[in-house]
Order: sequence, then C-alpha cells, then structure tokens
Amino acid sequence: MNDSAAGAPGREARQERGPVQRKGFGLAPTGWVDPRGRTLGAWAFAGNRITGLGLVFYLYLHLGVLTTLLWGAHAWGRFLGVATTFVFLGLDVVLLFGLLYHGLNGVRVLLVGTGLVPHRERALWWAGAVIGTIVLLGGALHILGSRS
Amino acid sequence: MPNDVEERDRAPASAETRRFRVFRFKRGDERPHTDDFDVPVGPRTTVFEALRWIQLHRDRTLALRHSCLHASCGTCGLRVNGREVLACVTGVRDLGREISVEPIANIPVLTDLVVDMREFYARFPDEHPILRHSEFLEDASPHGATEEHVRLEDCIECGLCLSACPVVVTSERYVGPAALAFAQRVVEEPRGAETVNLLTWADDPDGAWRCHAIFECTAACPSNVDPAARIMALRGTLLGRRLRAERTERA
Repeated sequence: MNDSAAGAPGREARQERGPVQRKGFGLAPTGWVDPRGRTLGAWAFAGNRITGLGLVFYLYLHLGVLTTLLWGAHAWGRFLGVATTFVFLGLDVVLLFGLLYHGLNGVRVLLVGTGLVPHRERALWWAGAVIGTIVLLGGALHILGSRS
Repeated sequence: MPNDVEERDRAPASAETRRFRVFRFKRGDERPHTDDFDVPVGPRTTVFEALRWIQLHRDRTLALRHSCLHASCGTCGLRVNGREVLACVTGVRDLGREISVEPIANIPVLTDLVVDMREFYARFPDEHPILRHSEFLEDASPHGATEEHVRLEDCIECGLCLSACPVVVTSERYVGPAALAFAQRVVEEPRGAETVNLLTWADDPDGAWRCHAIFECTAACPSNVDPAARIMALRGTLLGRRLRAERTERA
C-alpha cells in the first residue's frame, strides 16, 4: 500500500509537473460551482449546501428574534404583527421548503452513502421530491390559511 | 486512393464550420491560454477528428493523446464544453457553434491537452490483487520502472471520473473515484486475495469517507464502472466491519 491509509500525492508534488486545471469558476476550491452539464446528483448536492446555509442563517435569525421577548410584551406583540403578514408567512413556506429538502435529501444520502441502496440515488431523490412536494403544499396551505 | 487515415482527416466536402476554443499550454509558458480554430465539420465528425484536423491543417504543435479510437483505451479523455468525454466517440453535431476543449481537471497538464497520468495511478494502493495482466504485446518491454503491463478490470483508466468529481478540489489528498471503485471490486470478489489491508487503506477520511455521493463520476464514466455506487457499497462494507469490531470489543 502507499501508506496504511488512503492519500493522494500532495499539492507540491502536482504543481511541479504542470498546471492543474480546476472545473469551477473563480479561486479554488470552487470545483462544484461549474454548472455546465451537471447531473441530478450535483444539483442535489448543491441544493443541500444552499439549504444548509439557509437553515443556519435561520437559526441565528430565530435566536435574534427571540431576544425581543427581553424587551417586554409590547415588543413581542409588535413582532407578531409583522410575523403574521403575508410576506412573512411566505418566508415561512420557504423555510419549510428548506427543511424538507435538507431533511429528505439527508435521508437519501444516508441510505445511499452507507451502502444500503447504493444504486438507487436517483429514485430516492424523486421519491423525496414527491413526498416533499405533498408535504410542502399541505404545509403552505396550513401556514397561509392561518392568516385568515 | 487515400488510406483510412487520410480519408478520416480530410475535411468534409459540404462542411459547416464550428469554432473550437482549445486550451493551450507549453513548458515554459507563464500561464495557459486558449486558441480559436474554425474547423469544417460534417454530421458525423467527432471531437477527435476535429482536433486532428487542427493538427494537420492549422497547428502541428497541438498535442493530444489518442490510441484505439473506439472508446476502449481511455486515452483521449478531455473536457468538452465543460463535460468529461472521450473525444473519439463524441460527435460535434450537438455541441453548439463554439466548442471549448480542455484537458481533464485535477491532473497536472504536461502540454496542451495532455495530462500526467502518473497522478491518476499514484492514487491507487500499491497492491493490485486482481488486476488482470495485459493480454497482448507479450514481448513488449515495460517502460522505466514498470515491472509488467497490467490493466484494471472494467475501468479503462481514462481519468474522467477524477476530473468530474467535485470533491477532489476540496481535498488535495482524496484518492478519488477510480481507486476506490477498484478497491470495492477487489473486496466484492477477492478471488483468494487478502482484503484487510485494502479495507484499512479505504477506511480513511481521504478514502471512502471523503465522497459526498454526488455521482458525477458515474455520469462521466464511459465504461459503466459506476464508481459512485461502488464507493457507497464499499462504505457499507466498512461500516459493517466497524460495527463488528465494536461488538467484538464489547463482548
């Protein structure tokens, strides 16, 4: 074996031989930013990253919003007034989409990535898409219906 | 009467032209650049034929690798319009008016479209338990330090999977899809070979666990090796091995 564990030659060893072309636009590492000809797996991967970042952003936003409780009932009531507007509820639907996508794709990656169903990544993505769409539609009706 | 090669390299009589934007790099160049060539093409012209036309009619210094011309040697792997393909079996017809041609990614470029495939082979574990021996050229002398000619099973060693994998960019030491698919093939069918060392080799953050299940390698593979699914199956084996070891430790 090369070593007891896996490992490719280091960067120095490569650059001595010639320039290494990267696929992505901009500075490395941006290999997955190149959208040309990407397949479903790559878009699913990118979607997972984007929704993941969105959920982290929401977590801190949520914690920030909760601090309005420290300013008393009046401040909280004023926030609730904003939170029940149509635009804000629409953002809740976007949040639900992010949660569903990230969660369902996570289950797919878990099932495929642990070797349980290594050849079913596309089928599982579409299954997740169907389940996610149904839940999202139901959730959107519930969230937006709560305004009336 | 023209021979087959002359016939192939001749521009089609009623050809339309496509602009080929070709990656160029020679030793001593400060940085790579692209050269544009307008190439006459016919309905069945391949990317390889277009590049060969450029070599013969526009720029003899254009370097590219090729051998079998029927997708079995893996030598002419390139990126065409950003996608990994074998130039010899990729038609230009549906590639648009402007066609970009680049060497495969993540492997050092020696010159123009030629990459240093040592980078590809260096990622494999040194032990190759079930590599099949080359079935031809028995009297050929192996080059340099090579002890004998061997081939991988199924894999045509084109390097397209390594180029297509987005994760290779994020970790310099990730061994990549081809080496892991090879390891899984050995584990799947050891034929008497010892697999413990191979599993230990693969059970590493820069081994099977670095893969993000994106399946771009499988999409790029022209030989239906399905490297991504093989990596996933390898992970299943590694997971089972870890769970068994843990259970044994507890008992």
